[in-house]
Amino acid sequence: MAHAEAAPGGGHDVHDTTTGLSHKKLLMWAFLGSDCMFFGALIATYMVHKNGSLVGPFPEDVFDILTTSTSTFVLLMSSMSMVLAYNALTRGSLRGFRIWLLSTCVLGATFLAFQVFEFNEFVNYHVEIDCVNLNVEKLTDFEKTFIDRCDGTVDHVEIETGLTPRTNLFGTTFFVLTGFHGGHVTIGVIWLLSMYFYSFKKNGITSRHHEEVDVAALYWHFVDVVWIIIFTVIYLFGVFPGFD
Amino acid sequence: MTTLSIPLPKRPTHPTGVWDWVTTIDHKKIGILYGVTAFIMFVTGGIEALVMRAQLASPEAALVSPEVFNQLFTMHATTMIFLGVMPMGAAFFNYIIPLQIGARDVAFPRLNAFSFWTFLAGALILKLSWFMGGAPNAGWFGYAPITGLAYNPGHGIDFWVLSLQVLGIASLAAAFNFVVTIINMRAPGMTLMRMPLFTWMTLITAFLIILAFPVITVALIELLFDRFYETNFFVTTAGANPLLWQHLFWIFGHPEVYILILPAMGIVSEILPTFAKKPLFGYPVIVLSGIIIGFLGWMVWSHHMFTVGLGPVANSVFAITTMAIAVPTGIKIFSWIATMWGGSLIFKTPMLFSIGFIALFIVGGLSGVMHSSAASDAQQQDTYFVVAHLHYVLFGGAIFAIFGGIYYWFPKMFGRFLNERMGQINFWLMFIGMNLTFFPMHFLGLDGMPRRIYTYAEGMGWDFWNIISTVGSFTLALGILVFIVNFIKSVRSGEIAGADPWDGRTLEWSIPSPPPVYNFAQIPIVHDRDAWWAQKREGIPAVPVAGSSEDEHDIHLPQASYWPLVTSIGLFIGAYGLLFTIDIAGISRVPVVAVIGGAITMVGIVAWALEPVNEPDESPEHY
Repeated sequence: MAHAEAAPGGGHDVHDTTTGLSHKKLLMWAFLGSDCMFFGALIATYMVHKNGSLVGPFPEDVFDILTTSTSTFVLLMSSMSMVLAYNALTRGSLRGFRIWLLSTCVLGATFLAFQVFEFNEFVNYHVEIDCVNLNVEKLTDFEKTFIDRCDGTVDHVEIETGLTPRTNLFGTTFFVLTGFHGGHVTIGVIWLLSMYFYSFKKNGITSRHHEEVDVAALYWHFVDVVWIIIFTVIYLFGVFPGFD
Repeated sequence: MTTLSIPLPKRPTHPTGVWDWVTTIDHKKIGILYGVTAFIMFVTGGIEALVMRAQLASPEAALVSPEVFNQLFTMHATTMIFLGVMPMGAAFFNYIIPLQIGARDVAFPRLNAFSFWTFLAGALILKLSWFMGGAPNAGWFGYAPITGLAYNPGHGIDFWVLSLQVLGIASLAAAFNFVVTIINMRAPGMTLMRMPLFTWMTLITAFLIILAFPVITVALIELLFDRFYETNFFVTTAGANPLLWQHLFWIFGHPEVYILILPAMGIVSEILPTFAKKPLFGYPVIVLSGIIIGFLGWMVWSHHMFTVGLGPVANSVFAITTMAIAVPTGIKIFSWIATMWGGSLIFKTPMLFSIGFIALFIVGGLSGVMHSSAASDAQQQDTYFVVAHLHYVLFGGAIFAIFGGIYYWFPKMFGRFLNERMGQINFWLMFIGMNLTFFPMHFLGLDGMPRRIYTYAEGMGWDFWNIISTVGSFTLALGILVFIVNFIKSVRSGEIAGADPWDGRTLEWSIPSPPPVYNFAQIPIVHDRDAWWAQKREGIPAVPVAGSSEDEHDIHLPQASYWPLVTSIGLFIGAYGLLFTIDIAGISRVPVVAVIGGAITMVGIVAWALEPVNEPDESPEHY
């Protein structure tokens, strides 16, 4: 008894479809269009509530642009290795494909590790003020609210404030937005890993059967592009003055 | 490869019976499942409306408490929109679209089954809330912050959030499926401008769903986080903007009303030319108008917010865009009238409902244009005038077209006619009942009767029109009852209908009624816009005669599957389970049941992906 997908357009014979594109690829494009609106709404929420927090910490307190630039670089490189993986596959090098695909997974996982580290830093954020060499000019608005703790009896003030999704509007909108992006990356890593294992199955993925890889790559690049927007709008605009 | 050696049960092969229905991935059976489920939900929503009308029949009545009344109007609207009209549209998408484009199924048959079962899961979560400590009570648009924990601590809103979230997944999955199906599975020769109008409107609707539902998904996620994890999205004491929800909701909500009405417009565009014996007047402009409505639908959302104080500039812009949307709508109405003009009209039930649609939709459209003026809307906001308007477009519009569609396509689905005599009674009861119910609401609204009040004082001058409206609503219900009797009788013993009982124009009428499981024995080749009509009238041999040449055993169809159902059950348990938390090992509020549900969903997805398919080099689906 046969159980291929319904003709026309079933299976991999893209010549049977109206557009010449496979169903799966078209599905992925439709999904990405939908996901644009998803992240658009989350980013819009962040922008609406930007500078709306009544209590700190604020973006300039917690963001470490150097760390996040590094993780951004890692994620962008994963897009490159994804391209190289797909390229190796179409040229017929299954070995090259596996190496680059695994590199993509590792880079993606590294990005996630950065995110876990960063979230942990934010949750355990504490204000530190050097009361001896106090330079009010250099303090952030949030830090200034603690200046009166430098009452002459101490030369160093350290207050555990923390930033969680419950702390203020910034915490709420930041963690949910970047959390959902991290979720997308996680799904991507799992998907690519499953493809790595699948490539060991006989005729699973070959230089002529690379539809699955093509579709997964679309997803992966999209998630990267979303991060570029998040990094610019949330991190860079959040720290550098003039973008409020 | 180790993971592939997991022993999976074989794909189910039950040709008939309950197992056949729960594992089916045949678009026709899924269409019938959608239709029957949605109709049952439509009846429950109607009962909720009747209780409200009974309460409002006389001043200071005490049939239900104010709290229950709040739950009734919230459930009525949520039910009718998400569990009634949308899935009834989906029933037609499922059954008719593959037949109209000359395909043997949709692009992703298992995803299609998943859409239905997930819709059922969402419907159950919402409807069961009546028995789980109270239904949601904040209106179908669930304005935050009033739906926040501070003002609404009960579980009603939780059920509402979770059910809409699950329903959103179902709608999105279905919309992806139909976009791919319509774009990619048309029979050879069926260019975009040869597509039947219903297919066109479905395509636009599917795009609207794809782009609008993520926005409500985000709004619901934010509300869910606020309610379950004490975040601050809509907490005004933490500085949140109280208008955020309104914007997010109506950016979704206004395209949503076109999601409800565009399929109805498609149905009417199929019925009118068939029963006027003329080609559709102005096919290209109707298509273009549909596309323009789809675009403009994104630019009018703030007309739902004219009274929140966005300022004269914003109000003027949204007033103008709202007025502009009347233009493509008017073009459609004139095209339909021109289609009938000079035609040999046949007044069978589908035609009556279509003409009723045009008449009632014009009434609703005119009051809609009145609302588009911000100054005028300030007087009408939150009065029964708005209730009158929205029921003229959604009941007089969407529901009338859907009933027309049922009478039109029933012979194709079941091979029998619905009884014509009962159909006429059905139509006139609904038409008279509808106008009796909703027309007086215009007067009530202009007299200042607010929406969503559980009762009113004597001597307000509202008594007369309220009792008329209540009488009308029960007349309407009688009409629906006649339909139910007609349906049950006709399914079993209706007059036998042939393959092409209405002398139809589109491809679905070229195959037997009911269609064989593979739909088309041979894929048709399309040379014309109304391909089947052209073949009958001009002898253009577009459609191979059904059952000819190709041996039906050579047609490969996908087999049934358990996994869409399992995945949906997991989603149901997972969503419901979020409400049940226990403390484990120092970690507070662990949603154990939700984790179990999530695990079932994962099992479903993995098994779905690894399910055996025919060709040895065929890779599994990931979706």
